[in-house]
Amino acid sequence: MWRRRGTVLLFLSPWIVGFSVFFGYPLVMSAYLSFTSYDLLSSPRWIGLGNYRYLFREDPEIWTAVRNTLWLVAVLVPLQVLFAFGVATMLARAKQGAGFFRTVFYLPALVPPVAATLGFVYLLNPATGPVNTILDKLGIDGPLWFNDPTWSKPSLTLLGLWGIGNIMVIFLAAILDVPRHLTESAQLDGAGPLRRLRWVTLPTVSPVILFSVVIGVIAAMQYFTQAYVAAAVAAGQASQAGSVSTLELGYPEGSTMFYPILLYYNGFRFFQMGYASAMAMLMLGVAFALTLLILVNSRRWVHYQGAAR
Amino acid sequence: MRRRRFLLAVADHSLLIAAAALFLAPVVFILLTALMTNEQALSARLWPDPFQWSNFTEVFHQAPLWRWALNSFIYSSLATLGLLLSSIPVAYAFSRLRWRGRDAVFLVVLVTLMLPPQVTVVPLYVMWAKLDLVGSLWPLIIPNWFGDAFAIFLLRQFFLTIPEEYLDAARVDGCGELRILSTVVLRLAKPAIAAVALFSVLYTWNDFFLPLLYLSDNPDNWVASIGLSQFRSLHQVQWNLVMAATLLVMLPVIVLFFLAQKAFVEGVTLTGVKG
Repeated sequence: MWRRRGTVLLFLSPWIVGFSVFFGYPLVMSAYLSFTSYDLLSSPRWIGLGNYRYLFREDPEIWTAVRNTLWLVAVLVPLQVLFAFGVATMLARAKQGAGFFRTVFYLPALVPPVAATLGFVYLLNPATGPVNTILDKLGIDGPLWFNDPTWSKPSLTLLGLWGIGNIMVIFLAAILDVPRHLTESAQLDGAGPLRRLRWVTLPTVSPVILFSVVIGVIAAMQYFTQAYVAAAVAAGQASQAGSVSTLELGYPEGSTMFYPILLYYNGFRFFQMGYASAMAMLMLGVAFALTLLILVNSRRWVHYQGAAR
Repeated sequence: MRRRRFLLAVADHSLLIAAAALFLAPVVFILLTALMTNEQALSARLWPDPFQWSNFTEVFHQAPLWRWALNSFIYSSLATLGLLLSSIPVAYAFSRLRWRGRDAVFLVVLVTLMLPPQVTVVPLYVMWAKLDLVGSLWPLIIPNWFGDAFAIFLLRQFFLTIPEEYLDAARVDGCGELRILSTVVLRLAKPAIAAVALFSVLYTWNDFFLPLLYLSDNPDNWVASIGLSQFRSLHQVQWNLVMAATLLVMLPVIVLFFLAQKAFVEGVTLTGVKG
Protein backbone atom coordinates (compact mmCIF):
# COMPACT_ATOMS: atom_id res chain seq x y z
CA MET A 1 0.00 0.00 0.00
CA TRP A 2 2.66 2.49 1.04
CA ARG A 3 4.87 1.44 -1.81
CA ARG A 4 2.06 2.08 -4.26
CA ARG A 5 1.40 5.50 -2.83
CA GLY A 6 5.09 6.21 -3.12
CA THR A 7 5.07 5.22 -6.79
CA VAL A 8 2.15 7.55 -7.54
CA LEU A 9 3.86 10.44 -5.77
CA LEU A 10 7.13 9.74 -7.54
CA PHE A 11 5.44 9.77 -10.96
CA LEU A 12 3.46 12.89 -10.15
CA SER A 13 6.35 14.76 -8.55
CA PRO A 14 7.35 16.86 -11.60
CA TRP A 15 3.80 18.14 -11.95
CA ILE A 16 3.34 18.72 -8.21
CA VAL A 17 6.47 20.86 -8.10
CA GLY A 18 5.60 22.61 -11.37
CA PHE A 19 2.02 23.27 -10.36
CA SER A 20 3.06 24.73 -7.01
CA VAL A 21 5.97 26.87 -8.20
CA PHE A 22 4.75 27.98 -11.64
CA PHE A 23 0.98 28.12 -11.07
CA GLY A 24 -0.22 27.99 -7.45
CA TYR A 25 2.33 30.35 -5.97
CA PRO A 26 2.10 33.00 -8.74
CA LEU A 27 -1.71 32.83 -8.64
CA VAL A 28 -1.72 33.61 -4.93
CA MET A 29 0.97 36.26 -5.38
CA SER A 30 -0.99 37.81 -8.24
CA ALA A 31 -4.02 38.13 -5.96
CA TYR A 32 -1.85 39.71 -3.26
CA LEU A 33 -0.04 42.10 -5.62
CA SER A 34 -3.38 43.29 -7.02
CA PHE A 35 -3.94 45.05 -3.68
CA THR A 36 -0.56 46.77 -3.77
CA SER A 37 1.37 49.40 -5.60
CA TYR A 38 4.53 47.75 -6.91
CA ASP A 39 7.22 48.84 -9.37
CA LEU A 40 9.67 45.93 -8.94
CA LEU A 41 12.36 48.21 -7.41
CA SER A 42 10.84 49.08 -4.03
CA SER A 43 8.80 46.53 -2.11
CA PRO A 44 5.02 46.27 -2.66
CA ARG A 45 2.94 48.86 -0.77
CA TRP A 46 -0.58 47.85 0.35
CA ILE A 47 -3.22 50.15 -1.14
CA GLY A 48 -6.34 48.07 -0.57
CA LEU A 49 -8.86 48.29 -3.37
CA GLY A 50 -7.07 51.20 -5.05
CA ASN A 51 -6.15 49.27 -8.18
CA TYR A 52 -9.65 47.91 -8.60
CA ARG A 53 -11.21 51.31 -8.08
CA TYR A 54 -8.98 52.72 -10.81
CA LEU A 55 -9.68 49.69 -13.01
CA PHE A 56 -13.47 49.92 -12.84
CA ARG A 57 -14.00 53.64 -12.44
CA GLU A 58 -11.15 55.71 -13.83
CA ASP A 59 -8.87 53.98 -16.31
CA PRO A 60 -9.88 55.45 -19.70
CA GLU A 61 -8.02 52.75 -21.61
CA ILE A 62 -9.45 49.66 -20.01
CA TRP A 63 -12.82 49.86 -21.77
CA THR A 64 -11.20 50.32 -25.15
CA ALA A 65 -9.19 47.18 -24.45
CA VAL A 66 -12.24 45.24 -23.25
CA ARG A 67 -14.30 46.38 -26.25
CA ASN A 68 -11.55 45.38 -28.67
CA THR A 69 -11.22 41.97 -27.07
CA LEU A 70 -15.01 41.48 -27.16
CA TRP A 71 -14.86 42.38 -30.84
CA LEU A 72 -12.56 39.40 -31.36
CA VAL A 73 -14.99 37.12 -29.53
CA ALA A 74 -18.01 38.44 -31.44
CA VAL A 75 -16.52 38.75 -34.93
CA LEU A 76 -13.19 36.97 -35.36
CA VAL A 77 -14.07 33.70 -33.61
CA PRO A 78 -17.43 33.12 -35.38
CA LEU A 79 -15.88 34.03 -38.74
CA GLN A 80 -13.01 31.62 -38.15
CA VAL A 81 -15.36 28.80 -37.21
CA LEU A 82 -17.67 29.46 -40.18
CA PHE A 83 -14.81 29.77 -42.63
CA ALA A 84 -13.07 26.65 -41.33
CA PHE A 85 -16.34 24.76 -41.57
CA GLY A 86 -16.88 25.93 -45.14
CA VAL A 87 -13.40 24.94 -46.23
CA ALA A 88 -13.71 21.56 -44.48
CA THR A 89 -17.03 20.88 -46.23
CA MET A 90 -15.47 21.65 -49.60
CA LEU A 91 -12.46 19.47 -48.79
CA ALA A 92 -14.67 16.57 -47.73
CA ARG A 93 -16.27 16.64 -51.18
CA ALA A 94 -13.05 16.98 -53.18
CA LYS A 95 -12.45 13.97 -55.38
CA GLN A 96 -9.05 14.92 -56.74
CA GLY A 97 -5.98 16.35 -55.06
CA ALA A 98 -7.45 16.16 -51.55
CA GLY A 99 -3.99 15.77 -50.04
CA PHE A 100 -2.64 18.81 -51.86
CA PHE A 101 -5.57 21.03 -50.88
CA ARG A 102 -5.44 19.88 -47.27
CA THR A 103 -1.76 20.82 -47.08
CA VAL A 104 -2.40 24.25 -48.64
CA PHE A 105 -5.14 25.10 -46.12
CA TYR A 106 -3.34 23.61 -43.15
CA LEU A 107 0.21 24.96 -43.53
CA PRO A 108 -0.48 28.65 -42.75
CA ALA A 109 -1.52 27.58 -39.24
CA LEU A 110 2.06 26.44 -38.62
CA VAL A 111 3.70 29.64 -39.84
CA PRO A 112 5.26 31.58 -36.93
CA PRO A 113 2.79 34.34 -35.97
CA VAL A 114 5.49 37.02 -36.10
CA ALA A 115 6.41 36.03 -39.66
CA ALA A 116 2.77 35.81 -40.77
CA THR A 117 2.01 39.22 -39.29
CA LEU A 118 5.03 40.87 -40.92
CA GLY A 119 3.94 39.33 -44.21
CA PHE A 120 0.40 40.65 -43.91
CA VAL A 121 1.50 44.14 -42.85
CA TYR A 122 3.57 44.22 -46.03
CA LEU A 123 0.83 42.72 -48.25
CA LEU A 124 -1.68 45.26 -46.92
CA ASN A 125 0.78 48.16 -47.00
CA PRO A 126 -1.49 51.08 -48.07
CA ALA A 127 0.83 52.77 -50.56
CA THR A 128 2.73 50.01 -52.35
CA GLY A 129 1.49 46.71 -50.96
CA PRO A 130 0.40 44.04 -53.49
CA VAL A 131 -3.22 44.01 -52.29
CA ASN A 132 -3.82 47.70 -52.82
CA THR A 133 -1.84 47.58 -56.07
CA ILE A 134 -4.18 44.91 -57.40
CA LEU A 135 -7.28 46.71 -56.07
CA ASP A 136 -6.01 49.84 -57.79
CA LYS A 137 -5.73 48.01 -61.11
CA LEU A 138 -9.35 46.93 -60.67
CA GLY A 139 -10.30 50.55 -60.14
CA ILE A 140 -10.90 50.21 -56.39
CA ASP A 141 -9.38 52.65 -53.94
CA GLY A 142 -7.97 50.31 -51.25
CA PRO A 143 -8.27 51.19 -47.55
CA LEU A 144 -5.34 52.04 -45.29
CA TRP A 145 -5.64 48.62 -43.57
CA PHE A 146 -3.32 48.43 -40.54
CA ASN A 147 -2.94 52.23 -40.54
CA ASP A 148 -6.65 53.00 -40.25
CA PRO A 149 -8.49 52.49 -36.94
CA THR A 150 -11.62 51.19 -38.68
CA TRP A 151 -9.67 48.74 -40.83
CA SER A 152 -6.99 47.50 -38.42
CA LYS A 153 -9.16 44.84 -36.77
CA PRO A 154 -10.56 43.60 -40.12
CA SER A 155 -6.93 43.34 -41.28
CA LEU A 156 -6.10 41.22 -38.25
CA THR A 157 -9.20 39.16 -39.07
CA LEU A 158 -7.86 38.40 -42.55
CA LEU A 159 -4.65 37.25 -40.89
CA GLY A 160 -6.72 35.12 -38.49
CA LEU A 161 -8.69 33.53 -41.32
CA TRP A 162 -5.46 32.60 -43.07
CA GLY A 163 -4.44 30.54 -40.03
CA ILE A 164 -7.58 28.42 -39.53
CA GLY A 165 -5.75 25.18 -40.40
CA ASN A 166 -6.06 23.55 -36.99
CA ILE A 167 -9.83 23.98 -36.66
CA MET A 168 -10.25 23.04 -40.32
CA VAL A 169 -8.48 19.69 -39.84
CA ILE A 170 -10.64 18.88 -36.81
CA PHE A 171 -13.82 19.77 -38.73
CA LEU A 172 -12.73 17.72 -41.71
CA ALA A 173 -12.19 14.63 -39.56
CA ALA A 174 -15.60 15.14 -37.94
CA ILE A 175 -17.41 15.61 -41.25
CA LEU A 176 -15.79 12.50 -42.74
CA ASP A 177 -16.94 10.69 -39.60
CA VAL A 178 -20.63 11.43 -40.17
CA PRO A 179 -22.26 8.00 -40.62
CA ARG A 180 -23.01 7.35 -44.29
CA HIS A 181 -26.37 5.73 -43.63
CA LEU A 182 -27.66 8.97 -42.07
CA THR A 183 -26.84 11.10 -45.11
CA GLU A 184 -28.14 8.47 -47.50
CA SER A 185 -31.46 7.92 -45.76
CA ALA A 186 -31.96 11.68 -45.56
CA GLN A 187 -31.32 11.83 -49.31
CA LEU A 188 -33.86 9.07 -49.92
CA ASP A 189 -36.38 11.06 -47.91
CA GLY A 190 -35.84 13.86 -50.39
CA ALA A 191 -33.64 16.20 -48.34
CA GLY A 192 -31.52 18.55 -50.50
CA PRO A 193 -27.87 19.37 -49.71
CA LEU A 194 -28.75 22.35 -47.50
CA ARG A 195 -31.28 20.45 -45.41
CA ARG A 196 -28.87 17.51 -45.10
CA LEU A 197 -26.25 19.97 -43.81
CA ARG A 198 -28.69 21.47 -41.32
CA TRP A 199 -30.33 18.28 -40.04
CA VAL A 200 -27.66 15.60 -40.45
CA THR A 201 -24.14 17.00 -40.65
CA LEU A 202 -24.48 19.91 -38.21
CA PRO A 203 -26.01 17.92 -35.33
CA THR A 204 -23.39 15.19 -35.59
CA VAL A 205 -20.55 17.67 -35.80
CA SER A 206 -21.88 19.95 -33.06
CA PRO A 207 -19.56 18.73 -30.25
CA VAL A 208 -16.61 19.64 -32.47
CA ILE A 209 -18.12 23.06 -33.17
CA LEU A 210 -18.51 23.62 -29.44
CA PHE A 211 -14.91 22.54 -28.90
CA SER A 212 -13.64 24.96 -31.54
CA VAL A 213 -15.71 27.83 -30.14
CA VAL A 214 -14.33 27.24 -26.64
CA ILE A 215 -10.77 27.05 -27.95
CA GLY A 216 -11.41 30.15 -30.08
CA VAL A 217 -12.75 32.20 -27.18
CA ILE A 218 -9.83 31.19 -24.97
CA ALA A 219 -7.41 32.15 -27.75
CA ALA A 220 -9.23 35.47 -28.33
CA MET A 221 -8.81 36.40 -24.66
CA GLN A 222 -5.06 35.82 -24.97
CA TYR A 223 -4.71 37.45 -28.40
CA PHE A 224 -1.35 39.20 -28.29
CA THR A 225 1.42 38.48 -30.78
CA GLN A 226 -0.30 39.47 -34.04
CA ALA A 227 -1.72 42.68 -32.60
CA TYR A 228 1.55 43.63 -30.91
CA VAL A 229 3.71 43.06 -33.97
CA ALA A 230 1.25 44.64 -36.41
CA ALA A 231 0.93 47.77 -34.25
CA ALA A 232 4.70 48.08 -33.79
CA VAL A 233 5.52 47.65 -37.49
CA ALA A 234 2.68 49.83 -38.81
CA ALA A 235 3.47 52.55 -36.26
CA GLY A 236 7.16 52.37 -37.14
CA GLN A 237 6.25 52.95 -40.76
CA ALA A 238 3.97 55.87 -39.96
CA SER A 239 6.52 57.80 -37.94
CA GLN A 240 9.92 57.55 -39.55
CA ALA A 241 11.78 59.07 -36.60
CA GLY A 242 11.54 59.14 -32.80
CA SER A 243 8.72 58.69 -30.29
CA VAL A 244 7.51 55.40 -31.74
CA SER A 245 7.01 53.64 -28.41
CA THR A 246 4.15 55.84 -27.21
CA LEU A 247 2.48 55.63 -30.61
CA GLU A 248 2.82 51.84 -30.69
CA LEU A 249 0.33 50.98 -27.96
CA GLY A 250 -2.77 49.94 -29.85
CA TYR A 251 -1.74 51.77 -33.02
CA PRO A 252 -3.71 53.23 -34.77
CA GLU A 253 -5.65 55.19 -32.14
CA GLY A 254 -6.02 52.32 -29.69
CA SER A 255 -7.86 50.18 -32.24
CA THR A 256 -5.51 47.21 -31.69
CA MET A 257 -5.17 47.67 -27.93
CA PHE A 258 -6.47 44.32 -26.70
CA TYR A 259 -6.68 43.39 -23.04
CA PRO A 260 -3.45 41.34 -22.84
CA ILE A 261 -1.58 44.10 -24.69
CA LEU A 262 -2.68 46.72 -22.19
CA LEU A 263 -1.77 44.34 -19.35
CA TYR A 264 1.69 43.86 -20.81
CA TYR A 265 2.26 47.60 -21.22
CA ASN A 266 1.07 48.37 -17.69
CA GLY A 267 3.17 45.64 -16.12
CA PHE A 268 6.33 45.59 -18.18
CA ARG A 269 6.63 48.97 -19.90
CA PHE A 270 5.20 51.25 -17.21
CA PHE A 271 6.16 48.87 -14.35
CA GLN A 272 2.81 49.21 -12.58
CA MET A 273 2.87 45.59 -11.53
CA GLY A 274 0.20 45.93 -8.86
CA TYR A 275 -2.21 47.33 -11.40
CA ALA A 276 -1.27 44.69 -13.98
CA SER A 277 -2.02 42.05 -11.33
CA ALA A 278 -5.47 43.54 -10.76
CA MET A 279 -6.04 43.33 -14.52
CA ALA A 280 -4.88 39.69 -14.39
CA MET A 281 -7.39 38.93 -11.63
CA LEU A 282 -10.23 40.39 -13.66
CA MET A 283 -9.07 38.29 -16.61
CA LEU A 284 -9.02 35.19 -14.42
CA GLY A 285 -12.60 35.81 -13.31
CA VAL A 286 -13.88 36.41 -16.83
CA ALA A 287 -12.04 33.41 -18.30
CA PHE A 288 -13.46 31.18 -15.61
CA ALA A 289 -17.01 32.46 -15.97
CA LEU A 290 -16.92 32.30 -19.75
CA THR A 291 -15.68 28.72 -19.82
CA LEU A 292 -18.44 27.67 -17.41
CA LEU A 293 -21.09 29.57 -19.36
CA ILE A 294 -20.20 27.97 -22.67
CA LEU A 295 -20.04 24.49 -21.17
CA VAL A 296 -23.41 24.82 -19.41
CA ASN A 297 -25.18 26.37 -22.40
CA SER A 298 -23.85 23.72 -24.76
CA ARG A 299 -26.33 21.14 -23.48
CA ARG A 300 -29.04 22.96 -25.37
CA TRP A 301 -27.58 22.73 -28.83
CA VAL A 302 -24.95 20.03 -28.78
CA HIS A 303 -25.91 16.51 -29.70
CA TYR A 304 -23.60 13.72 -28.60
CA GLN A 305 -24.01 10.58 -30.64
CA GLY A 306 -25.48 7.73 -28.66
CA ALA A 307 -26.17 9.93 -25.64
CA ALA A 308 -29.64 10.24 -24.14
CA ARG A 309 -31.04 13.74 -24.47
CA MET B 1 -11.24 13.41 -74.12
CA ARG B 2 -8.67 13.51 -71.33
CA ARG B 3 -8.52 17.28 -71.68
CA ARG B 4 -12.27 17.44 -71.30
CA ARG B 5 -12.19 15.34 -68.17
CA PHE B 6 -9.48 17.57 -66.74
CA LEU B 7 -11.57 20.67 -67.43
CA LEU B 8 -14.59 19.03 -65.82
CA ALA B 9 -12.56 18.24 -62.72
CA VAL B 10 -11.38 21.85 -62.57
CA ALA B 11 -14.95 23.13 -62.86
CA ASP B 12 -16.07 20.72 -60.17
CA HIS B 13 -13.37 22.02 -57.82
CA SER B 14 -13.46 25.67 -58.93
CA LEU B 15 -14.42 27.07 -55.53
CA LEU B 16 -11.77 24.97 -53.81
CA ILE B 17 -9.12 26.03 -56.33
CA ALA B 18 -10.02 29.71 -55.90
CA ALA B 19 -9.78 29.39 -52.10
CA ALA B 20 -6.47 27.54 -52.36
CA ALA B 21 -5.09 30.29 -54.63
CA LEU B 22 -6.08 32.90 -52.02
CA PHE B 23 -4.31 30.87 -49.33
CA LEU B 24 -1.14 30.54 -51.40
CA ALA B 25 -1.11 34.17 -52.55
CA PRO B 26 0.45 35.67 -49.39
CA VAL B 27 3.44 33.35 -49.55
CA VAL B 28 3.84 33.94 -53.29
CA PHE B 29 3.85 37.73 -52.87
CA ILE B 30 6.23 37.51 -49.91
CA LEU B 31 8.60 35.41 -52.03
CA LEU B 32 8.35 37.79 -55.01
CA THR B 33 9.10 40.77 -52.78
CA ALA B 34 12.02 38.96 -51.19
CA LEU B 35 13.54 38.74 -54.69
CA MET B 36 13.11 42.43 -55.59
CA THR B 37 15.58 45.26 -55.36
CA ASN B 38 14.77 47.83 -52.70
CA GLU B 39 13.41 50.32 -55.24
CA GLN B 40 11.08 47.71 -56.73
CA ALA B 41 9.82 46.69 -53.29
CA LEU B 42 8.91 50.31 -52.61
CA SER B 43 7.13 50.68 -55.96
CA ALA B 44 3.75 49.32 -57.02
CA ARG B 45 5.35 46.54 -59.06
CA LEU B 46 4.36 42.94 -58.43
CA TRP B 47 6.99 41.07 -60.45
CA PRO B 48 10.72 41.34 -59.66
CA ASP B 49 12.94 42.41 -62.55
CA PRO B 50 15.75 41.52 -62.20
CA PHE B 51 15.52 38.73 -59.64
CA GLN B 52 17.86 39.70 -56.84
CA TRP B 53 18.73 36.34 -55.27
CA SER B 54 21.51 37.96 -53.25
CA ASN B 55 18.89 39.28 -50.80
CA PHE B 56 18.96 35.91 -49.13
CA THR B 57 22.67 36.23 -48.38
CA GLU B 58 22.41 39.94 -47.62
CA VAL B 59 19.99 39.37 -44.70
CA PHE B 60 22.66 37.32 -42.95
CA HIS B 61 24.95 40.36 -43.06
CA GLN B 62 22.23 42.72 -41.88
CA ALA B 63 21.16 40.69 -38.85
CA PRO B 64 22.62 37.83 -36.77
CA LEU B 65 20.14 35.29 -38.12
CA TRP B 66 22.37 32.31 -37.22
CA ARG B 67 22.70 33.56 -33.67
CA TRP B 68 18.89 33.86 -33.36
CA ALA B 69 18.39 30.43 -34.92
CA LEU B 70 20.90 28.92 -32.50
CA ASN B 71 19.11 30.48 -29.52
CA SER B 72 15.77 29.23 -30.84
CA PHE B 73 17.29 25.79 -31.26
CA ILE B 74 18.61 25.76 -27.68
CA TYR B 75 15.21 26.90 -26.36
CA SER B 76 13.32 24.37 -28.50
CA SER B 77 15.48 21.34 -27.76
CA LEU B 78 15.98 21.84 -24.02
CA ALA B 79 12.31 22.74 -23.48
CA THR B 80 11.09 19.75 -25.51
CA LEU B 81 13.47 17.33 -23.80
CA GLY B 82 12.35 18.45 -20.36
CA LEU B 83 8.71 18.48 -21.35
CA LEU B 84 8.86 14.85 -22.47
CA LEU B 85 10.89 13.59 -19.49
CA SER B 86 8.59 15.26 -16.98
CA SER B 87 5.18 14.86 -18.64
CA ILE B 88 5.39 11.16 -19.57
CA PRO B 89 5.44 9.77 -15.98
CA VAL B 90 2.74 12.25 -14.93
CA ALA B 91 0.50 11.19 -17.82
CA TYR B 92 1.13 7.56 -16.84
CA ALA B 93 0.04 8.27 -13.25
CA PHE B 94 -3.13 9.92 -14.54
CA SER B 95 -4.02 7.04 -16.86
CA ARG B 96 -2.58 3.69 -15.72
CA LEU B 97 -2.10 3.99 -11.95
CA ARG B 98 -5.14 3.77 -9.67
CA TRP B 99 -5.35 6.20 -6.78
CA ARG B 100 -8.00 8.11 -4.89
CA GLY B 101 -8.86 11.58 -6.24
CA ARG B 102 -7.21 10.95 -9.60
CA ASP B 103 -10.01 12.39 -11.73
CA ALA B 104 -10.42 15.43 -9.47
CA VAL B 105 -6.70 16.22 -9.68
CA PHE B 106 -6.78 15.72 -13.43
CA LEU B 107 -9.52 18.34 -13.60
CA VAL B 108 -7.03 20.74 -11.98
CA VAL B 109 -4.59 19.97 -14.81
CA LEU B 110 -7.31 20.83 -17.33
CA VAL B 111 -8.08 24.11 -15.56
CA THR B 112 -4.41 25.15 -15.72
CA LEU B 113 -4.62 24.41 -19.44
CA MET B 114 -7.62 26.71 -19.92
CA LEU B 115 -6.47 29.76 -17.98
CA PRO B 116 -4.62 32.52 -19.84
CA PRO B 117 -0.88 32.68 -19.05
CA GLN B 118 -1.24 36.42 -18.43
CA VAL B 119 -2.92 35.59 -15.12
CA THR B 120 0.34 34.47 -13.50
CA VAL B 121 2.84 36.43 -15.56
CA VAL B 122 3.61 39.27 -13.15
CA PRO B 123 4.70 37.18 -10.12
CA LEU B 124 6.62 34.81 -12.38
CA TYR B 125 8.53 37.73 -13.87
CA VAL B 126 9.28 39.02 -10.36
CA MET B 127 10.49 35.55 -9.39
CA TRP B 128 12.91 35.27 -12.32
CA ALA B 129 14.04 38.84 -11.76
CA LYS B 130 14.91 38.01 -8.13
CA LEU B 131 16.87 34.98 -9.33
CA ASP B 132 18.67 37.33 -11.72
CA LEU B 133 17.69 35.17 -14.70
CA VAL B 134 15.76 37.75 -16.75
CA GLY B 135 17.60 38.14 -20.04
CA SER B 136 18.62 34.47 -20.15
CA LEU B 137 16.82 31.56 -21.81
CA TRP B 138 16.19 29.80 -18.47
CA PRO B 139 12.80 31.38 -17.64
CA LEU B 140 11.57 29.97 -20.97
CA ILE B 141 13.12 26.52 -20.56
CA ILE B 142 12.89 25.56 -16.87
CA PRO B 143 9.06 25.48 -16.48
CA ASN B 144 8.93 22.81 -19.20
CA TRP B 145 10.92 20.45 -16.95
CA PHE B 146 8.02 20.28 -14.50
CA GLY B 147 5.20 18.84 -16.59
CA ASP B 148 3.22 20.64 -19.28
CA ALA B 149 -0.57 20.50 -19.00
CA PHE B 150 -1.20 20.06 -22.74
CA ALA B 151 1.40 17.30 -23.07
CA ILE B 152 0.05 15.52 -20.00
CA PHE B 153 -3.47 15.71 -21.45
CA LEU B 154 -2.50 14.37 -24.89
CA LEU B 155 -0.27 11.57 -23.58
CA ARG B 156 -2.91 10.51 -21.05
CA GLN B 157 -5.48 10.17 -23.83
CA PHE B 158 -3.11 7.92 -25.73
CA PHE B 159 -1.97 5.86 -22.73
CA LEU B 160 -5.63 5.08 -21.99
CA THR B 161 -5.93 3.27 -25.32
CA ILE B 162 -3.18 0.75 -24.49
CA PRO B 163 -4.86 -2.59 -23.63
CA GLU B 164 -4.59 -3.51 -19.96
CA GLU B 165 -3.39 -7.05 -20.85
CA TYR B 166 -0.07 -5.67 -22.09
CA LEU B 167 0.59 -4.07 -18.72
CA ASP B 168 -0.71 -7.01 -16.72
CA ALA B 169 1.58 -9.38 -18.61
CA ALA B 170 4.52 -7.24 -17.57
CA ARG B 171 3.24 -7.05 -13.99
CA VAL B 172 2.98 -10.85 -13.80
CA ASP B 173 6.61 -10.98 -14.94
CA GLY B 174 7.43 -8.95 -11.85
CA CYS B 175 8.06 -5.60 -13.46
CA GLY B 176 7.65 -2.46 -11.37
CA GLU B 177 5.61 0.45 -12.74
CA LEU B 178 8.75 2.32 -13.76
CA ARG B 179 9.93 -0.70 -15.77
CA ILE B 180 6.51 -1.03 -17.40
CA LEU B 181 6.50 2.63 -18.32
CA SER B 182 10.02 2.65 -19.72
CA THR B 183 9.65 -0.55 -21.73
CA VAL B 184 6.07 -1.47 -22.66
CA VAL B 185 4.33 1.92 -22.64
CA LEU B 186 7.12 3.96 -24.19
CA ARG B 187 7.43 1.52 -27.06
CA LEU B 188 3.70 1.50 -27.76
CA ALA B 189 3.28 5.26 -27.38
CA LYS B 190 6.00 6.31 -29.80
CA PRO B 191 3.64 8.07 -32.24
CA ALA B 192 1.96 10.02 -29.44
CA ILE B 193 5.33 11.02 -27.99
CA ALA B 194 6.50 12.07 -31.45
CA ALA B 195 3.36 14.20 -31.83
CA VAL B 196 3.87 15.86 -28.45
CA ALA B 197 7.53 16.54 -29.25
CA LEU B 198 6.53 18.03 -32.59
CA PHE B 199 3.94 20.34 -31.00
CA SER B 200 6.49 21.45 -28.44
CA VAL B 201 9.13 22.23 -31.06
CA LEU B 202 6.59 24.19 -33.11
CA TYR B 203 5.31 26.05 -30.06
CA THR B 204 8.76 27.08 -28.87
CA TRP B 205 9.95 28.13 -32.34
CA ASN B 206 6.82 30.27 -32.80
CA ASP B 207 6.63 31.56 -29.23
CA PHE B 208 6.74 35.33 -28.98
CA PHE B 209 5.18 36.42 -25.68
CA LEU B 210 7.71 34.82 -23.32
CA PRO B 211 10.79 35.78 -25.37
CA LEU B 212 9.48 39.36 -25.56
CA LEU B 213 9.01 39.37 -21.80
CA TYR B 214 12.33 37.88 -20.77
CA LEU B 215 14.77 38.52 -23.62
CA SER B 216 13.92 42.01 -24.93
CA ASP B 217 16.79 43.74 -23.15
CA ASN B 218 19.44 41.20 -24.08
CA PRO B 219 19.90 40.99 -27.89
CA ASP B 220 22.59 38.30 -27.47
CA ASN B 221 19.88 35.85 -26.43
CA TRP B 222 17.21 36.87 -28.92
CA VAL B 223 15.40 33.94 -30.51
CA ALA B 224 14.21 33.97 -34.14
CA SER B 225 10.70 35.29 -33.45
CA ILE B 226 11.83 38.27 -31.39
CA GLY B 227 14.74 39.00 -33.72
CA LEU B 228 12.44 39.03 -36.72
CA SER B 229 10.00 41.38 -34.99
CA GLN B 230 12.86 43.82 -34.34
CA PHE B 231 14.40 43.39 -37.78
CA ARG B 232 12.86 46.46 -39.37
CA SER B 233 13.70 48.85 -36.57
CA LEU B 234 17.24 47.48 -36.28
CA HIS B 235 18.84 49.33 -39.17
CA GLN B 236 15.87 50.79 -41.03
CA VAL B 237 16.17 47.83 -43.37
CA GLN B 238 14.16 47.47 -46.51
CA TRP B 239 10.99 45.48 -47.14
CA ASN B 240 12.68 43.12 -49.58
CA LEU B 241 15.14 42.04 -46.87
CA VAL B 242 12.41 41.86 -44.23
CA MET B 243 10.42 39.53 -46.47
CA ALA B 244 13.52 37.40 -47.13
CA ALA B 245 14.09 37.08 -43.37
CA THR B 246 10.40 36.32 -42.87
CA LEU B 247 10.64 33.44 -45.34
CA LEU B 248 13.79 32.13 -43.68
CA VAL B 249 12.02 32.04 -40.30
CA MET B 250 9.04 30.21 -41.86
CA LEU B 251 11.24 27.68 -43.62
CA PRO B 252 12.24 25.37 -40.71
CA VAL B 253 8.60 24.95 -39.69
CA ILE B 254 7.53 24.03 -43.21
CA VAL B 255 10.44 21.60 -43.65
CA LEU B 256 9.62 20.03 -40.29
CA PHE B 257 6.01 19.59 -41.37
CA PHE B 258 6.91 17.69 -44.52
CA LEU B 259 9.48 15.53 -42.71
CA ALA B 260 7.18 14.77 -39.79
CA GLN B 261 4.16 14.03 -41.96
CA LYS B 262 5.93 10.89 -43.12
CA ALA B 263 7.19 9.96 -39.66
CA PHE B 264 3.65 10.27 -38.42
CA VAL B 265 2.07 7.89 -40.89
CA GLU B 266 4.88 5.39 -40.27
CA GLY B 267 4.53 5.72 -36.53
CA VAL B 268 0.83 5.07 -36.57
CA THR B 269 1.07 2.02 -38.83
CA LEU B 270 4.07 0.59 -36.93
CA THR B 271 2.47 0.30 -33.51
CA GLY B 272 -0.40 -1.95 -34.51
CA VAL B 273 -2.36 -0.80 -31.47
CA LYS B 274 -5.71 0.80 -31.98
CA GLY B 275 -7.97 2.31 -29.36
